[in-house]
Amino acid sequence: MTGAARQGGAIMLHGAVLGRLLPMHLCLDAEGRVRQAGPTLERIAGTDLAGRPFAEVVSLRRPAAATDIAGLLALAERPLKLTLAVAPALPLKGLVAGLPDGGALIDISMGISLIEAVSRFDLTLGDFSPTDLAVELLYLHEAKSVVSAELSRLAERLNGARVSAEKEAATDTLTGLANRRRLDATLARLLGQGRAFALMQIDLDYFKLVNDTHGHDVGDAVLRRVAHLLRAQCRTQDLVARVGGDEFVMILVDIVEPFRIARIAERLIRQIEEPILVGMRECRISASIGVSVFSRQDSPDAKRLMREADSALYQSKGAGRARVTVFTRPEGTADNTDAA
Amino acid sequence: MHGLVNRAIQRFLCDTHGGECWTHVARVAGVDPGGFEAMLTYEDELTETVLEAAVARLDLPREMILEDLGTYLVSHPDLEALRRLLRFGGETFVDFLFSLDDLPERARLAVPDLELPELELAEDTEGGVAIRCRGGWPGVEYVLQGMLRALADDYGALAVLDVIERGPGQATVSVSLLDTAFHKGRSFSLVADR
Repeated sequence: MTGAARQGGAIMLHGAVLGRLLPMHLCLDAEGRVRQAGPTLERIAGTDLAGRPFAEVVSLRRPAAATDIAGLLALAERPLKLTLAVAPALPLKGLVAGLPDGGALIDISMGISLIEAVSRFDLTLGDFSPTDLAVELLYLHEAKSVVSAELSRLAERLNGARVSAEKEAATDTLTGLANRRRLDATLARLLGQGRAFALMQIDLDYFKLVNDTHGHDVGDAVLRRVAHLLRAQCRTQDLVARVGGDEFVMILVDIVEPFRIARIAERLIRQIEEPILVGMRECRISASIGVSVFSRQDSPDAKRLMREADSALYQSKGAGRARVTVFTRPEGTADNTDAA
Repeated sequence: MHGLVNRAIQRFLCDTHGGECWTHVARVAGVDPGGFEAMLTYEDELTETVLEAAVARLDLPREMILEDLGTYLVSHPDLEALRRLLRFGGETFVDFLFSLDDLPERARLAVPDLELPELELAEDTEGGVAIRCRGGWPGVEYVLQGMLRALADDYGALAVLDVIERGPGQATVSVSLLDTAFHKGRSFSLVADR
């Protein structure tokens, strides 16, 4: 090693110049003691390092530990991982080169620990060689953080706008209930999941009379009141939609027994029949209800279910209004044929 | 024009001249009521219209508004991130000045589609510096002047700044350094406080 250095022609450097070029170096004598240390390294160590055995200042981790100068020189020119005694948890990078006098030069770099090291030891621009890209890396890290924070704010705002647009697009503006679009989406989802449910078509009776007698404002108030009553019957998994002027649809998830459905529907009719006060006016309406049921073994056909509920509603209306009909398929009809 | 520039103008008008000033300018110029998004790009004409509306509303010369904008960008506490990124340019105000020709490249490292004017430095005989500013939008040299004035203060240097030449698509800002260590300046550590 020393022979090679001599053949190449040794280069003399003043210690201070070396310190400016490599602010984190250790220059060791043939005994492995520190002859001089770079200014940044001394700043980090917080003390004068001259005269100390190198093993008290740095610990070599990879590729092998070394505690004496011979062990250290054996690692010359290989990429090293090491730590400083003052910061044993901070992994640093290093390179060792042999010197003509039997000593060694270790150059140390922060590597990926740069940000933590700079923050922990409060390093400044002057602690790095002007040719070192460390400062550019810090700049880039900070710029990247600022830009990605701005981008996530943008993403949040756009997501908020998307959510409210979707909500508006799926809501009936008069009553705040779901609209036809959301009903279709919910039906498709439940059918896709194969989840049993009852589909209830609710048609208000005598509503046209309220509109004609008291005007649209009163009519609107009545619709909002009905929406409130229907919503009160819903669990979180259920859905109420307004699908026409005075037509509503309710989906009751996991309820398929006709007697339970009838009980719920009859209670709804009773509530709707309670006189509704709008200002000084008393409005009386009622409702006819038709129900179809989807159970797991049925084929998932939204159109047929709507048709069945419609036909049950038609029966309720025909039988004198204010009543409930649950659609039953004729005996022996395969579920995948059109029953209605 | 990049959203960052538009948003800077918006925040400047809001913070310095009040929310109703911005609301008025935005309405006159036809800016979306939500304001500008920093990470989107807008038509250049829109920025011009906003500036014209601000000039009309504030009844101040355009040059003065732009210079104030530059000062605001460096000195307002809410924009500390920008001040910090600029301070990476150098340890002293002189080092910083000499890093200015890298500024467009530095900006592109952070935001690849952000176009800044090309800056070219020349030293004059009295130790002053002339910064030639090419490209960019009309009046951008006044923003630069305001930013440099605030940065000189940030570094603790005493400097006199002037826009000395203006031609189509280019202008020169002169910086005369009176004292590089006039006062202590504001501190800058390489890693932001967490």
